Amino acid sequence: MAYIDLPAPFLPHSIPMHIPDGFLSGPVAGVGYALAAAFVALAVWRTNRSLGEKSVPLMGVTAAFIFAVQMMNFPVAGGTSGHLLGGTLAAILVGPWAAVIVMTSVIGIQAIMFQDGGLSALGFNVVNMGVITALVGFSVYYLSALLASGRRGWVLPVGVFVASWLTVMLAAFTTSIELAVSDTSPLHVVLPAMMGVHALIGIGEGLITAAAVTFVLATRPDLMEHGPRTAPQGGLS
Amino acid sequence: MSKKSYFVLLLVGLGIALLVTLFSPLASSEPDGLERVAEDEAFIDKGKAAPYEVIADYAFPWVDNEDAATVLAGVVGVLVVAAFVLALGLGFKALSRRSSQATRGQGHRPPPSSRGLAGERES
Repeated sequence: MAYIDLPAPFLPHSIPMHIPDGFLSGPVAGVGYALAAAFVALAVWRTNRSLGEKSVPLMGVTAAFIFAVQMMNFPVAGGTSGHLLGGTLAAILVGPWAAVIVMTSVIGIQAIMFQDGGLSALGFNVVNMGVITALVGFSVYYLSALLASGRRGWVLPVGVFVASWLTVMLAAFTTSIELAVSDTSPLHVVLPAMMGVHALIGIGEGLITAAAVTFVLATRPDLMEHGPRTAPQGGLS
Repeated sequence: MSKKSYFVLLLVGLGIALLVTLFSPLASSEPDGLERVAEDEAFIDKGKAAPYEVIADYAFPWVDNEDAATVLAGVVGVLVVAAFVLALGLGFKALSRRSSQATRGQGHRPPPSSRGLAGERES
């Protein structure tokens, strides 16, 4: 495989790759940590006030599931793979702020224990894959759930698909900017390349998220308490 | 929520996550989106290996069989992630319960603004 011929010490890495050490400049990495810290603090503050009875086990289970599914790289065109980010899924299940905590935990453990994503890049890995995906994914999901209420069952899963696809594109977009500002790759090179690949990976994200949400709605609709009140009832069955 | 349904939710959810890890050896080993772009646009050698390794590359160390090493890494990860988030969540709950008990002496349900972090009221 191509990457085995690469100059040493780069990891003969095969499963998921978040931003590794060395891709972000010091100042950019610092900004990432500051942003991540601010959002996590806000998330802790918000979650603390709204922790329902089912929230704690559901958060644990959601985090475990996202960790597991992130390991399942699926092939996309041209010798490339992609994996779930999961921010949208987490936000739909546990609410946007608890999802930030769930995603930060997953991404943090991946960096510290699994050497997936550099420690210096942890801040922006959290922001790109955990914060943006959860907050934006939830907003788009919320709108689509409002739209879906009382309509045919396919409207909501389509909304979930679109929400998750968008978050992957957004994460690819912000990652490209971080790489460009770090002088790792010029924006006009990295941005189209990242957006192109992730337009395909986003389809996988959308399918997995829509399938998982449909499954939860079909089996435990009572767990879906973080949307417009009408969504689950008006949604699929 | 009853204790029983709490544990059922946990067991079923963890069961699904663990089931997924059993399939992790089937995951595509092609480079993922960022790695592919980094190779194509020739900036992948700017990446540096981690300063230390625990379960690098999702392969449990000291296990020769590649598939077993991957599944084991997945199982350990699922359990660590779940335990960590559960501990966090229970910690938050304990904190917010303590702060709402502290205000209960005033006779009625505390206003929403006093049900946040424990330290919030002091400010």
